[in-house]
This record gives sequence, structure tokens and C-alpha cells, in this order.
Amino acid sequence: MLSCLVALLLCSISPPGNVAARDVPNDEGGNISVTWTRSPDTSVTSYRLLRQSEGAGEWETLGFVGRLATQYTDDAAANGRRYQYRVIAASPVETAESEPSEFAVASAQWYDTDTLPALVGTAILVFVFLYFINRAKRDRNLFIRRISGLDHVEEALGRATEMGRPTLYVPGLSSIADVATIASLNILGEVAKRTAKYGTPLIVPNTDPIVYTVAREIVKESYTSAGRPDAFTQDIVFFVTDQQFAYAAAVDGIMTREKPATNFLIGMFFAESLILAETGAATGAIQIAGTDAVAQLPFFITACDYTLIGEELYAASAYLSREPLLLGATKAQDYSKAIIVGLILLATLLALVANVSVNRFL
Amino acid sequence: MQRKLPLTIVLLTGIFGAVAFFVPHGAIRSVDSVFRNDVQRIIAAFSLVLGVGSIVQHHLIKIQRKATFWQYSWITLIGLLLTAIIGVFGGIDPNRPGILPTHIGSFSFHIQTIYSNMMVPLAATMFSLLAFFMSSAAYRAFRARNLEATLLLAAAFILMLGAVPLGRTIHRELPAFAEWILAVPNTASKRGILFGVELGVFATSLKIVLGIERGWLGGGGGK
Repeated sequence: MLSCLVALLLCSISPPGNVAARDVPNDEGGNISVTWTRSPDTSVTSYRLLRQSEGAGEWETLGFVGRLATQYTDDAAANGRRYQYRVIAASPVETAESEPSEFAVASAQWYDTDTLPALVGTAILVFVFLYFINRAKRDRNLFIRRISGLDHVEEALGRATEMGRPTLYVPGLSSIADVATIASLNILGEVAKRTAKYGTPLIVPNTDPIVYTVAREIVKESYTSAGRPDAFTQDIVFFVTDQQFAYAAAVDGIMTREKPATNFLIGMFFAESLILAETGAATGAIQIAGTDAVAQLPFFITACDYTLIGEELYAASAYLSREPLLLGATKAQDYSKAIIVGLILLATLLALVANVSVNRFL
Repeated sequence: MQRKLPLTIVLLTGIFGAVAFFVPHGAIRSVDSVFRNDVQRIIAAFSLVLGVGSIVQHHLIKIQRKATFWQYSWITLIGLLLTAIIGVFGGIDPNRPGILPTHIGSFSFHIQTIYSNMMVPLAATMFSLLAFFMSSAAYRAFRARNLEATLLLAAAFILMLGAVPLGRTIHRELPAFAEWILAVPNTASKRGILFGVELGVFATSLKIVLGIERGWLGGGGGK
């Protein structure tokens, strides 16, 4: 009898302690985080989570977690309802139940405090942009550094006109949700104005149906604003396919059949970038490329005559149109970059100083 | 009105999209999700019809004008029509048959069979061309015409040597140096470009939301 009692006492495990429940911050509600301190007994193999809604008599099982866990998120809590939780430690032979936690209520938040740095950064950048856009209204001769790829657009289009060959414009392979595609379409508008003015045939094959629709409207408007609405035909801008390599094959076919004198490869590109650029180079066309896809830039730099690198793609429509407000935004882009570079240098300096100071005291 | 309406919609949805990033509340997130997913899907479905209309029209014009290699346009149109008929009426694969018979004996031509046996190999063939194009691009890049090309050549040469056993034989620190080029100067320049790209994305988005950039409305950039 005594030996049994001793064995029972020896086997008894301690329950988990400090069970606490609280609403998960910065979320859309429905989540309560439960934390506890582990049972000191090494024979514990798992924990079972129990939940009780205020007013309901029964405890319901939420789930099981391993012996090393100290946290569980209840993602099925109703917003505004009060819940309390219990954690049961289980060993192969017995269980030990914790005290219930305090009541917790799940709620949705109207502001995510984790995004504070992003909010401050956005506010600063918006301020810089608005300042320069406003300044551009007064000072209409803002200086923008030269971008050689864009300086040669006229020359490239002039060459196509002299040779009596078409100009090919590929607006990338991404959707309209990609800002690089929107930037490319803005440049397409400027290029289309010039081809309309010079009477150079333009070919714009598309891989996305929405981009095709927008591109068609842009080219149509450009031809109208250039005073050549009659020169716009439905087969200038067309949809090809949404399959990546089928599109590459189609564009390669256009390059070899139509022999465009000038190729614009501007927008978002993927593995097909080199296939397009090399085929264009083989046909002897002047090629102006532009992308913010860092992995594709080396291919374009190698195979094309001029390449708009990263941010230059976004400055292009302002550069070509010379519209003061757009130039103001481009200027703001440069100053914002200077601010970021300054902050990086400052942070590096502070990190160095902190390191030196700490080492001195060690 | 024709211009003010889209500009107003862009302004309101642009501001809403920015607000949704900072507000986790379900009321905002659910509306944001409707814009990002449902509305976009509906527009994509309609624009696909325009896309198919465009491809048909484009090839009909080529056939009509007897343009260069106009015969291939027939192949495109017949292929499009057959694939559409099989896709809509013939079922997806042998386990999910449609109302049309899509096999002759043991030879099946369901839409999945067509995709796996025609589209995939053709796409793979195009992708394989990259190997040849890389060689020709490398030849062009490695001619060392100017300082930049010479630097590119030198960096690529060191990296290639660092990746093969011969590199270690030449100098035991060469693989580590190649690794350093990749991890430090290469990553630094990539990040520099990305900073500019993100600012460009921010600037373009702001210009569109504020209605300064109107190129997407047609007629080129600017007001």
C-alpha cells in the first residue's frame, strides 16, 4: 500500500504555470495568443489547450502542441466575446491541469503599429515629392541628368523612318498591376506620338489582355494627339498569347520577318529577355531596353545598344515629354535617393562609433 | 468627364490601397481583397475576350492582305478554333470527359494532352535556345571594347575560375575571392539599383494617384 502511494507521488507531474491570454495585436481580430510556462517535469510529452467562452459551462479542446511549446494562437475566437484558457500537461501515464487564465477578448485594430517606420518614411517621401512638384510649377527649367538611352530615342526612330522599316515596341511580359508595365506604357505613348509624326510603322505585340487593351488606347490617343488619327490601324497593337515562350517565339518571328529597324524592350522581363534581345541584335536593329528586373539587366546591357537601368525606366516618360510637373517628380526621386544614401551613411557611422565605444569599455 | 471619372477612381482607389496597407481591420481588408482579387479577375475575364478578338482580327487582316508568311495565320486560327472546341466541349483529360469524343482508339487528344504534348515541349524548345544565346551574348560581352566591358570580362573570368577546381590550383584563395565578388560588390550594386527602382515605383504610383502622370489614359505622359 505504502509502496503504491510512494510510486504515485513520484509519478505526479506539475501543471503548466502562468497561463495568460491576450488579444493578438495589429491584426484583423479573431486571434487570441495563449502563453504559459512549461511544466518542470521531463516526462511531459505534450500540452492540450482548452477554451471556455464566458457563460458557457463546458471547456472545449482547441488543439495539442509539443512539450517544448509555450505559446498557442487561438485563431477561431469571435471578436468581442470573452474567453479564458487552460493548458493541460500530459505524460504517458497522467495529466495535470493548469489554473484558468484571465479572460481575454479578441478585437480588430484600426492601425498596425508595426508599419510605423513605413508610415513615417512614406510621409517624408510624399512631402519631398509634393515640394518638388510644387517647385516645378514655378521653376519650369529643372535640371535632370542626361539618360543616354532616352537621348537616342529620336535617333533610333529617325533611323527606322529613313530605312522605311517598322519600329517594334515590346511592353514586357507582366500584368498591368506591375508598375514597370505602367511605366513602359507611359513611354509607349511618347514613342507612338513620334512614330505617328514620322509616319513610321509601329508594331506592339502584347502578352496580357489588359495591357493590350490599355496599350491600344494609348497608341490611338497618341496618334490623335500627333494629328494623325487616320494613321492608326487596329493591327498596330495586338494580343499574341499569355504563354511566356510562345510569346517569345512570336516576337522573334516578327523580328526576323518584319526586320524592324528599332526595337524597344521596355517593361518587366523574365527568362525570355536574352532570347528577344539576341534575336533583335542578330537582325541588326538598334535596341533600347529598360527594365527594373535586376536579374535581366546584364542580358540587356550585353545585347542592346542602350539600356534604361532600374529607376531610369520610371524617369523616362518625364524625360521624353519634358512636362514640368513630371520632371519635378523625377527631381524628387533623385533627392529622395540622396536622403536614403545619407541615412545609410549616418547609420553606418553610428554603428562604427557604437562599436568603437563598446570595445573601449571591454 | 471622360478623363475626370477615371482620374477620380484612380485617386480614391490609390488612397484606399495605401490606407489598407496600414489598417488591418477586417472592414478595410475585405474591401481591399475585393478590389485586388475579384474586380481584377472580372476585368481580366472580359479583357481576355478582347484579346482573342484581337488575335483573330490580326490574323484575318494578314490573310486578307496576303502579308509575309500569311499562310501561317491559317494555322494559328485553325489551331485556336480547334483548341477552343476541344477545351470547351471535349473535357479536360480522359478522367473528365466532355460531350465530344476526344480519342481515336487509344490516341487521346484532350485539352490536357494537347497542352502537355504540344505546348510544353514547344516552350521547352524556346527555353533551350537560351543556351545558344548565352554563348553569343557572352562572346559579345567578352570582346572588351571599353572599360565597363573589360571589368565585366575580368569579373566573369574570376568567377568562372573560382567555380572550377582549376581556380584553387592557380591560387588557393581564388574561390574565396570569387565568392567575395558575388557577395559584396555584386550585392551592393544590386541593392543600389533596387533602391532606385523602389523610389521609381513610389514616384510613379504617386504621380498616377495625384493625376500628374496621365500617360496611361492615352496620349503620352503629362497633362
